[in-house]
Amino acid sequence: MAVTVRVPTPLQKITGGKGEVSATGANIKEIFADMEKNFPGLRERIYNEDGELRRFINIYVNEEDIRFLESEESAVKDGDVISIIPAIAGGSR
Amino acid sequence: MKFTEDQIYRYARHIILPEVGGKGQKKLLAARVLLLGAGGLGSPIAYYLAAAGIGNIGIIDFDVVDRSNLQRQILHTTQDVGRLKVDSAKDKLTLLNPDVKVTTYNARLDASNVMEIFKDWDIVVDGCDNFPTRYLVNDACVFLGKTNVHGSIFRFEGQITVFKTPEGPCYRCMYPEPPPPGMVPSCQEAGVLGVLPGVVGNLQAVEVVKQVIGIGEPLVGKLALYDALKVELRKLRVRKDPKCPVCGPNPTVTKLIDYEVFCGITPSHHHG
Repeated sequence: MAVTVRVPTPLQKITGGKGEVSATGANIKEIFADMEKNFPGLRERIYNEDGELRRFINIYVNEEDIRFLESEESAVKDGDVISIIPAIAGGSR
Repeated sequence: MKFTEDQIYRYARHIILPEVGGKGQKKLLAARVLLLGAGGLGSPIAYYLAAAGIGNIGIIDFDVVDRSNLQRQILHTTQDVGRLKVDSAKDKLTLLNPDVKVTTYNARLDASNVMEIFKDWDIVVDGCDNFPTRYLVNDACVFLGKTNVHGSIFRFEGQITVFKTPEGPCYRCMYPEPPPPGMVPSCQEAGVLGVLPGVVGNLQAVEVVKQVIGIGEPLVGKLALYDALKVELRKLRVRKDPKCPVCGPNPTVTKLIDYEVFCGITPSHHHG
């Protein structure tokens, strides 16, 4: 399935400054594996050392948080928009 | 309460709106809204809520005005550099609208004072600049039943939502754990487009006004994402986490914790 992935500003260093990239896969796990091929280093930002999705980064398929779908096994279909939403806090500390 | 003639004239543009009217304006004048931070987000929020006639505005900030703030923190001017932000803020808001009673707290919010400070306010507007305080504010709001209008920014993007428990999710439902220190750069490290908190802060101010008057669709259970470069405002769903340790049906966090330890800023072995 061909999807669009919206990459937030803090991760755009890895995608060469792109805020939107394409990826293919049947579910989120496969989408990130596909993205890692083109943008090495992305996995490390999204997954921790135990191979779990980091809990200060939320992944959405369209408007739904994958934690309330099937997490990494959440299916995606053609034209879906995957959003990576990290916690941000602004400021000076 | 009866409006004075000055108030009828001052708030005329609100009063003639059918969705607001005199009834809505009275609600605004009776409202008690606490702003956390008189900085990038706090500045436009403070100004517009004062203009709207929010009758009681509290502001907490321990910082002094620095020249590098002036690129975006429009509550303050060059002449205020070196002054306490809360003093500078109170002056400007009182000049704009003498109907507003401004209460200032020149303090750093922490577990020792948050419950005492929050209890007298109805709505808390979170414009904080660090993760430990965001979690502290969240937990205090859940424990006290306060509505938390949340905004955050990074470079050219912003996030806005309203945490209102028990009906909606809380910050921990969205982000159960904070990023390790140093992983998410601050504005000081990464930079921020000065106009950005102007937009995001105003989106927060709009949510406050909607909450007070009781109109429109609130951003409860919804996260609004603003992208300044693409000119996009998207909404994503935020669900209540049934296992949320703070606002869930089986809470395991029922009192304030050490948030610096929680965020990894202080090693836990220092705290016996």
